[in-house]
Amino acid sequence: MPKQITVISGKGGTGKTTLTAAFASLANKVLIADCDVDAADIHLILDPISTSKLDFYGMEVASINEDKCSACGLCVERCRFAAISKELVIDAHICEGCGVCSLICPENAIIMKEHKAGEIFRSATRFGPLVHARLGIGEETGGKLVSMVRKVSSEMAIENDIDLIIIDGPPGTGCSVIASISGVDLVFIVTEPSVSGIHDLERVLEVTAHFGIKAVVCINKCNINEEKTSDIEEFCKIKGIDVVGKLPLSDIPIKAMLGSQTVIEYEDGIFSGAVGDMWRKIMACGTLMKNETKF
Amino acid sequence: MRIAVASGKGGTGKTTVSINLALSLGNVQLLDCDVEEPNCNLFLNHELKKVRDVVVRVPFISKDKCDLCMKCVDICRFNALVKLPKSLMLFPKLCHGCGACSIVCPQGAINEKCRSIGTIERSVSKNCGTELYQGQLNIGEPMASPIIHALKTHIDDTRTVIIDSPPGTACPVISAITGADYCVLVTEPTPFGLHDLSLALELVKEMRIPHGVVINRCDLGDERVDRYCAENSIPVLMKIPNEMKIAELYSQGIPFVLQMPHWKVNFVEMFRQLQELAGRC
Repeated sequence: MPKQITVISGKGGTGKTTLTAAFASLANKVLIADCDVDAADIHLILDPISTSKLDFYGMEVASINEDKCSACGLCVERCRFAAISKELVIDAHICEGCGVCSLICPENAIIMKEHKAGEIFRSATRFGPLVHARLGIGEETGGKLVSMVRKVSSEMAIENDIDLIIIDGPPGTGCSVIASISGVDLVFIVTEPSVSGIHDLERVLEVTAHFGIKAVVCINKCNINEEKTSDIEEFCKIKGIDVVGKLPLSDIPIKAMLGSQTVIEYEDGIFSGAVGDMWRKIMACGTLMKNETKF
Repeated sequence: MRIAVASGKGGTGKTTVSINLALSLGNVQLLDCDVEEPNCNLFLNHELKKVRDVVVRVPFISKDKCDLCMKCVDICRFNALVKLPKSLMLFPKLCHGCGACSIVCPQGAINEKCRSIGTIERSVSKNCGTELYQGQLNIGEPMASPIIHALKTHIDDTRTVIIDSPPGTACPVISAITGADYCVLVTEPTPFGLHDLSLALELVKEMRIPHGVVINRCDLGDERVDRYCAENSIPVLMKIPNEMKIAELYSQGIPFVLQMPHWKVNFVEMFRQLQELAGRC
């Protein structure tokens, strides 16, 4: 099985995608998986050429056959998600696809219909294959789509003899995050020295601990608040988490992004050097070594 | 009036806009619907009191009555029930609490019990009367939407309500912004900001919620967000510059209107403008 690293942050906008793209350009042979499915952005830097597309079907959605419906209202009463209005209209965004309405309808007027919730793309980029997705607007099957992106990624990596997958993860701690990190070899957490950054870091570290996954931390924009940066370092030390790098606030990520480049391609300086050092530290992490020594 | 603050992309400044707007107006109700990472109270620093647990109903199977007919396993569309050789196993985190299993059980072996997936807390500011309701999803729990629905039952429509939404465009965002009279979309002038703004716009258009844009760190990046808003006739409600002082205050958890009071005027003016745009004047 290929080794897998997921980049997450808890808080949004700390630099997950910027660093994922940079790592892609530093890795020898890699597959990139964009699991931030409802704000997928890495394609804006990697400029992929899609080679194939898969439809993603989420949960089925209830549909009322008006000819059979006697308007008894039982479905409205029994739906625990309030997805059916008094006028007997089903809100497809709210329907969770549980099937209770079709189960209890005395007229058998409700059927569950297949529902396309997104698309998955297999693409080629200048750094290696990319698997990315587009979740339909307002769809609710984020975690399921993430799992499918990861499944397609693993298959594609094995086919192409690639032994490393880098996953660009979503913000938060909920279903998409859990689906993005389950069973990976390392979680790389990008944080920033602000009260929100620290709060959200603490919560995602609880998530990685809950699932028993090794995590390392990078402090981005470390010079915004040096005191909070020290607080994060101290906190990580107590928790036994490695801080593998600190990056200063810089306009380089945005300048690179404007030209659809990674920071590594954009410059050869202090910032990209620090990203490179961090990458080497990550690759030296025990859980990622190809031949783990077993005693 | 209910004002939702959303964004598509994370980290663009939703909480910053929500908090500073709330403090500029005073005496509002603020709902922190980013229940995976609630941050509003880091800026208010109020004493939070727990209001209640948010629970989902999960099946409780009586082993004495169950004859392992598997009807419940087959009907569950979330794969939350699995048959073992001599019993059934429930994966509580996969269960959405729909109740289908107890409906189909011919033995009447399935009852339901409540399982807590998060909490709702509340605080009130003695100074400005701002009332905060915050939802928090427990660690390791996948489903944010039930917490958001529970939070919204505390809305007091006699007041101005500000809803700080989670990032993205998926189900938790829908739960948060449904029923809003106006949606403020916060973005930044970068390719990522623009791309995610366009997704968020699709959502608010589909939901028919009047909307406008706040451009945060407006002197970064390029002109594409401005041009996009102009071409699509989307009002730009406010621009917040990329000032080190604002970033520093943010990092310390200080709402910038408290230290830069001239900004209060801008937020009050924005509120007046969006009342007009929402047809609520």
